[in-house]
Amino acid sequence: MVTASRREARAGWLFLLPWVVGFLAFTAGPMLFSLWLSTTRYDMLKPPEHIGLDNYREALTDDRVATALWNTLFFTALHVPAQVVVALGLAALLRRAGRAAGFFRTVVYLPVMTPPVALAAMFLLLLNGQNGAINALLGWFGFTGPNWTTDPVWIKPGLVLMSLWTAGSTAVLYLAALTRVPAERYEAARLDGASPWRQFWHVTLPGISGTIYFTAVVNTIASLQVFTEAYTMFFGARGKESAEGDAALFYVIHLFREAFESLRMGYASALAWGLFVVIAVVTAVQVRLSRRYVHYEGERS
Amino acid sequence: MKRVVPVVGLLVVAALFGYPFAWLVSASLKDRAHVFDNSLLPVPFSPGNYAEVWRAVPLTTWIANSVAVGLAAAVAATVASAVVAFGFAAFRFPGRNALFGVVLATMMLPGAVTMVPVYLEWHALGLGTTQIPLWAQNLFGSAFYIFLLRQFFLGLPPDVLDAARVDGAGPWRLFTRMALPLARPGLIVVFVFELKAAWTDLVKPLIYLREPELYTLPRGLKTVLDRYGEGGEAQWELVLAASAVATAPMVLVFLVAQRYFVRGAVTQHLE
Repeated sequence: MVTASRREARAGWLFLLPWVVGFLAFTAGPMLFSLWLSTTRYDMLKPPEHIGLDNYREALTDDRVATALWNTLFFTALHVPAQVVVALGLAALLRRAGRAAGFFRTVVYLPVMTPPVALAAMFLLLLNGQNGAINALLGWFGFTGPNWTTDPVWIKPGLVLMSLWTAGSTAVLYLAALTRVPAERYEAARLDGASPWRQFWHVTLPGISGTIYFTAVVNTIASLQVFTEAYTMFFGARGKESAEGDAALFYVIHLFREAFESLRMGYASALAWGLFVVIAVVTAVQVRLSRRYVHYEGERS
Repeated sequence: MKRVVPVVGLLVVAALFGYPFAWLVSASLKDRAHVFDNSLLPVPFSPGNYAEVWRAVPLTTWIANSVAVGLAAAVAATVASAVVAFGFAAFRFPGRNALFGVVLATMMLPGAVTMVPVYLEWHALGLGTTQIPLWAQNLFGSAFYIFLLRQFFLGLPPDVLDAARVDGAGPWRLFTRMALPLARPGLIVVFVFELKAAWTDLVKPLIYLREPELYTLPRGLKTVLDRYGEGGEAQWELVLAASAVATAPMVLVFLVAQRYFVRGAVTQHLE
């Protein structure tokens, strides 16, 4: 006789079955496959040829990998803090929008819906050094904007600037977190005569530090894998081996081109594991830092 | 003063965030000589750009492909993730929590790591140049959506489920008759999130689609940009018209389903 708990377990496993199959077929299996593949030379025409750790050795001495890694880390170091600061500013403003909050939230979030390819095409013009709207705006304030899309020095800052247009996705998280900071804390701070700036620093920031940390980690992982906008703007049939291409060569773009344009599947797999290690290390550093700076509700610091 | 600062700030923000959209629509309606003028008024008015880009590339086919792939991806992700999430939420059995830990861990796994081997799998199955890899993986559920829907199922009143159990409802009936209707908002969140993700994705179409007749809109738009967005013969008005066509449906989806997007976004960090 089947007991109730056995029946429950069987039903549970049946419901989980699709995920278990998918996990084995599209995550665990591919990871093992990729690990093996990274020790081979494989161009999809001839069978894979075992070459030991040669792919990893090559990756460590490949100038393109060094360039791509540097570009990616540089972009991430610029992009993540900029995103957090702008999203915080947006959330603080949205918080004070009163009855018009719905309208302004829509305006700020709408860019997130734009397909990145369309966004990239638009910003090739908006960021254009001669005719772009962004330099026109800078001109109003007496600044001469750089050639964001052609000057290698300014390409990554341009991409960061462009990414701020979709900061709404982070801003709505902060907005939700802001509404959960207890009002009494602001009351207490005001009674102590704290200025709005001090209130922000001592009440608001600690109150939402958990959310800021979460978005920083997720944003970092995403931006270490940045691909679509830069690929759309500077690769494919566009300016393949140009100086722009070098400045916008991010790690996943390099990986993608090695795999799907040069058909070096083994080498690309080794590159993928290199990225995996980089992401794991960066995330581990962030987790350690969070223990020092992040304040969670219900915890006494 | 206290009231003026946020109002001015909000208006500046609205102008900065709204301008690119207004400019996109306007510039897509200008002629080639005026496409760079940054004005929001399309003068001279050239709606013919849309007809021209439609003649130049198979936009209708690409839209149909995007709709088909988007719907397949969204339906598959919603149904499969709901099934799995219900398994995690409604039944107790050994290994369940460990397995859910694995689900959460896969959320942190960089997608770039499995890009190459998964492609080789589809290639080995003879499906490496079809649209199937663009959505079929969703048939097995997706970690973030499983996490999100599990939250919804855990929020259902336990006594309602228990009452149904006592009445002899089997697990599948419990799921389809009780849990699914009650978790409707969550299902809509997953559906619209995945619809947007599939509609806007370029990576998979770049990897898998070779024939222009199979392209989705973002892949097609990349071709339009490569062909008309460079050199002396550039026709940016066509690139922008195609960009507007690719963007408009998602703007509409957002305006209709806005609260579900915000709800889904906010659930992301309630771990």
